[in-house]
Amino acid sequence: MKNTVEIRWHGRGGQGAKTAALLLADVAFKTGCCVQGLPEYGPERMGAPITAFNRISEDKIRVHSNIYDPDYVVVVDETLLHSVHVTDGLKEDGAIIVNTAKSADEIRPLLRGYEGRVLTVDARHISEKTLGKNFPNTPMLAATAAVTGIMSRENFLKEMEASFAHKFAKKPEVIKGNMAALEMAYDKAEIEMAREAGSSEKKSGASSKEMKRSA
Amino acid sequence: MSKKNENVMKSRSIPERMSGNEAVSYAIRQVNPDVMPAFPITPSTEIPQMVSTFIANGEIDTEFIPVESEHSAMSAAIGAESAGARTMTATSSAGLALMWEELLLAASNRLPIALTLVNRTLSGPININCDHSDGMGARDTGWIQIYAENNQEAYDNYIQAFPIAEDPRVHLPIMICQDGFITSHAVENIELLEDEPVKAFVGDYEPEEFLLNPGKSVAVGPYSISAYAMEAKKAQEAAMERAGEVILEVAECFAQMSGRSYGFFEEYRTEDADYLMVIMGSAAGTAKAAVDMLREEGHKVGVLKLRVFRPFPEKEIAEAIKRSGCKAVAIMDRCESYNGCSGPLGSEIPAGLYRSKIMVDTVNYIYGLAGRDFTVDHVREIFAELEQVARGEKEAPNHKYIGLRE
Repeated sequence: MKNTVEIRWHGRGGQGAKTAALLLADVAFKTGCCVQGLPEYGPERMGAPITAFNRISEDKIRVHSNIYDPDYVVVVDETLLHSVHVTDGLKEDGAIIVNTAKSADEIRPLLRGYEGRVLTVDARHISEKTLGKNFPNTPMLAATAAVTGIMSRENFLKEMEASFAHKFAKKPEVIKGNMAALEMAYDKAEIEMAREAGSSEKKSGASSKEMKRSA
Repeated sequence: MSKKNENVMKSRSIPERMSGNEAVSYAIRQVNPDVMPAFPITPSTEIPQMVSTFIANGEIDTEFIPVESEHSAMSAAIGAESAGARTMTATSSAGLALMWEELLLAASNRLPIALTLVNRTLSGPININCDHSDGMGARDTGWIQIYAENNQEAYDNYIQAFPIAEDPRVHLPIMICQDGFITSHAVENIELLEDEPVKAFVGDYEPEEFLLNPGKSVAVGPYSISAYAMEAKKAQEAAMERAGEVILEVAECFAQMSGRSYGFFEEYRTEDADYLMVIMGSAAGTAKAAVDMLREEGHKVGVLKLRVFRPFPEKEIAEAIKRSGCKAVAIMDRCESYNGCSGPLGSEIPAGLYRSKIMVDTVNYIYGLAGRDFTVDHVREIFAELEQVARGEKEAPNHKYIGLRE
């Protein structure tokens, strides 16, 4: 992992982007990283566009500003692509992960010329299949963990299970569905990365720059 | 502080991650104060919420008084502290403003109440985000004020609050401040301390005089005629002056317990710096990160992060600026004074320099009002401007706003 990874989340109030950012900080902490989970607060309304931020680093994090040049952008609600400039400042060697049933090729034209990796995960479908409801943040969290490579699949799932056991102590029946959602989304993100690596090799002959870290 | 340094228990460090509000609530759980009257207000709401959960779970036996306003919260705090109970409360912004009259009563009655202030702007326009206008608005109320860069410092400062405020040389109320949302709601790494050493460090509250003390009656808050009132005010002022030495003594004991050192301020890469930035709160972290980048590029810059704002370490700041040998200083205010010329630090620091006969260019910048983001790029922009000013290429701007829409 490079020194500091910066992630910007875009969602709508009520979809859990903030919770996902805090959970990502949580699991990254458990693998020994320095973390920051920083939601941006304003007038909170259901459905309003919101952002949240993560910094994950091997060193102490001191910067307390929002993130303007993220390594990764996560879009929890694809309708935001029409109203929010989600790729602003996004590094070309980073990636954007979008919750959508569409393919990366269909999404790319909405990204205002972004030329880096575009990965799509149908978090709604995964959530409805595993949890019976649309909670897109859980699958998007897993996809983000997979794409950023901040920890291994095994470690991520182990730490999330412990986290859910704590969070859902009073309704343990939902843990299984949540874990299934994570696994499905993690796997889908890995397939997407492989597809993206294949297509970029075809284009340029170069392999994608993947962060590797043995967790 | 009554306890001797050799009695300080060393604590193991417990790595955790939590928000600034969680960190302060964790410290409150460890201190287990006698009384907490509070009225919730964003962004400090989580603190009374978490403390009442600790109480409901039987983890602490603090008497929580749900009141109908912050005016009542501080009134109840004054009553409880006068009665001899260790008392704390939490608030932000308009909540602190509504306490205003009582803030002065708490200080003048020499009641060592601890208030955790989660800094938020004052209206208007109405806004929930961070700046220091609430704390700065209370700067002349006679409260000690200590500011934090991050969750760690909010936690550490809170634990030191009671030994400072309750010291017989001080007996003044204390505000432990942290930046609303920026640190109060950000989850970051933290090193917690064990319960036992913290409890031993804070000790039991044994006031010399208090209301519910049979046979030793005292009057609290009586009318004072002009023949005596001025002496009372001078005595209060002298206590604030003495608070400085107590703050340093408590910090020394805290370092023995925790391994973390604190003073009036932190000097970050100020040695040999040509340009300095004086800054308070969470933005100091951003400034330090920017200083590291600028140093790598060959710029000799540093940060003086102010921790203790009241008592104001005027002389020490002036000496530190002199010691660095810098050519110009950026004085950063996250608050507007509406005096037409400078923010609070922008007038107090140059006054100290003048009284210490230190002549150095200063530029007062206003930043981060009502949650306006303050970035590494802003710090770079300010240092670049300071260099131009010092080289005589540019006239020193007066009272300049940073990050303003144009």
